[in-house]
Amino acid sequence: MSAISARSAKLRSDTLNRATQIIGRILLYGILVFMSLWFIAPLFWMFMSSFMPLEQVGIFPVEWIPRVWQPENYTDALKFWKFGTTFRNTMIITIFSLFGDIGSCTLVAYGFARFRFPFRDTLFLILLATLMLPFAVRLIPVYAAYDAIGWIDTFYPLIVPNFFGNAFYIFICRQFFLGIPQDLLDAAKIDGASEFRIFTQVMIPLAKPAIVVIAILSFQNSWNDFLGPLIYLKDPDLHTLAIGLYKFTSLPGQGGIYNQQMAASVLMVMPVLIVFFLFQKQFIQGANLSGMKG
Amino acid sequence: MATAFGSQFSALRGRRRERWSDLSPMRKREAKFGFLFIAPWFIGVLLFALFPFIASFVLSFTKYNIVAPPEWVGIEHYEHIFTDDPLFLKSLKNTAVYVGGSVAIRILLGFGLALLLNTKVRFLGLWRTLFYVPSVVPIVALSIVWLYVLNARAGLLNWFLGFFGISRIRWFADPDFAMLAFLIMSTTWVGVTMVIFLAGLQGIPEEYYDAAKIDGANMAQRLWRVTIPLMTPTIYLNVLINIIGAFQVFTQVFIMTGGAPRDATRTYVLHLFDHAFQYLPPQMGYSSALAWILFMIIFAFTAVIVASSQRWVFYQGAED
Repeated sequence: MSAISARSAKLRSDTLNRATQIIGRILLYGILVFMSLWFIAPLFWMFMSSFMPLEQVGIFPVEWIPRVWQPENYTDALKFWKFGTTFRNTMIITIFSLFGDIGSCTLVAYGFARFRFPFRDTLFLILLATLMLPFAVRLIPVYAAYDAIGWIDTFYPLIVPNFFGNAFYIFICRQFFLGIPQDLLDAAKIDGASEFRIFTQVMIPLAKPAIVVIAILSFQNSWNDFLGPLIYLKDPDLHTLAIGLYKFTSLPGQGGIYNQQMAASVLMVMPVLIVFFLFQKQFIQGANLSGMKG
Repeated sequence: MATAFGSQFSALRGRRRERWSDLSPMRKREAKFGFLFIAPWFIGVLLFALFPFIASFVLSFTKYNIVAPPEWVGIEHYEHIFTDDPLFLKSLKNTAVYVGGSVAIRILLGFGLALLLNTKVRFLGLWRTLFYVPSVVPIVALSIVWLYVLNARAGLLNWFLGFFGISRIRWFADPDFAMLAFLIMSTTWVGVTMVIFLAGLQGIPEEYYDAAKIDGANMAQRLWRVTIPLMTPTIYLNVLINIIGAFQVFTQVFIMTGGAPRDATRTYVLHLFDHAFQYLPPQMGYSSALAWILFMIIFAFTAVIVASSQRWVFYQGAED
């Protein structure tokens, strides 16, 4: 008798457990779907609105599908914005910065990872400490210095500093170098390779994963930079995409022309999204190693 | 990474300093190459960190407009800031709201979502991508999109809130809501924090949970006694990085409101930027003083967090 009631109690608690499990799963996926919509909706809306006629973008309640697909929004937006010029300028800055970052950061990281020298750990600690220095403190003297040497309205202030290493990328790269077995280097040394040969022919090929992460972070950094180009580039022919987009949307009469504004935004976002989907794994890795944004 | 940061500091303790003259010729050669390799960074740190760091301190005691040489004024700027600049306090308050709100959002929501994704969900990669995508969008484009999202008349957010019976909010016309709008917008970057937490969670060995289960720990206890203690290095690093970043919030505010309405969204760095680059003549000296006060505030916060970390951050395998 008691055995039967115990069994039915167990059965009851089992079905109860299953029920809570199912409810938990439904709740879980419900939250995930909701949060996905929260994150994606603004971008999807941007994309759809960029094809809508002007009357539709001011409508409430909000509409999602263009009543008439109007790709002219893009060509209209481009009339007020030298897209070609700003795109070229952004590419120049991004590519040079990329090479500067990769070159200097791998060198420095290798120095910290593979050589013993006095004050090495103290210097590395200083490197980490510079990560905490607010940009606002450096802004004015650096600006004044560039002004003094005539670098305002050139790309140099946006490119040259990248050739002197970035503390964060150096940190990532050093971690990676530390993981490479010493035997490989010793073998190369016994073969009589010079330090620089070991660096370029042994370490660099092995460090490809770390270099890709740095390349992506550097690309994102230059492509998205706003404050730098804003203060250093006054000549419209030198403007970057970020500044071009900002200037376009703040033109008089642009207030409320959301379809063109969204079209212009899509043009700036697209290259980044393409790179993101091509190198998703590395983006996530980069974020894992960072969390420095915003 | 979090652990790497921690171990970096402990590595310094108790190490004997080597003298140059004690080094063997081979070690000297090695050291020379070491210095050679790190030279670019070393020059860079002098030019782009140490020089501006000191120079901005000196400039903060001067009147400086770029065109004419700086003119010494002593502590006049600091006096003015603390006694006669209502926007200093206002912008500091706005920034404090942003720091508190956005860091809480990023840590709590980021951690919560990472926990959900760490429960053997299906399509993990898909969810992670969807949560992460908005944070790769360039901030200028993002600001323009969010101006539209936050539009009082036709915006997406007011449409969404309508389902909960909330009538249209005039986000950037109402000083009570303007800063809240930026906090809502800051959810955009939750994906970054989430990805970092998720990587940390995936690194916790399954055996710990099995052991806890055998001991009869329920889900809440496992979270509180196993997951969170093991995650403290990651939480620590994220709190630190996000606080330092949030104190410097600038671009979206500059683009979207410029501090309006009635300075309700004037953040600290915006205030500082306006003095240096918007007002005529430029007040670079005053701006430097503001920058140094910001540095001191951030430094104090960092110091308190780093000091407190010994009480609440646990490193696996640490001896003490």
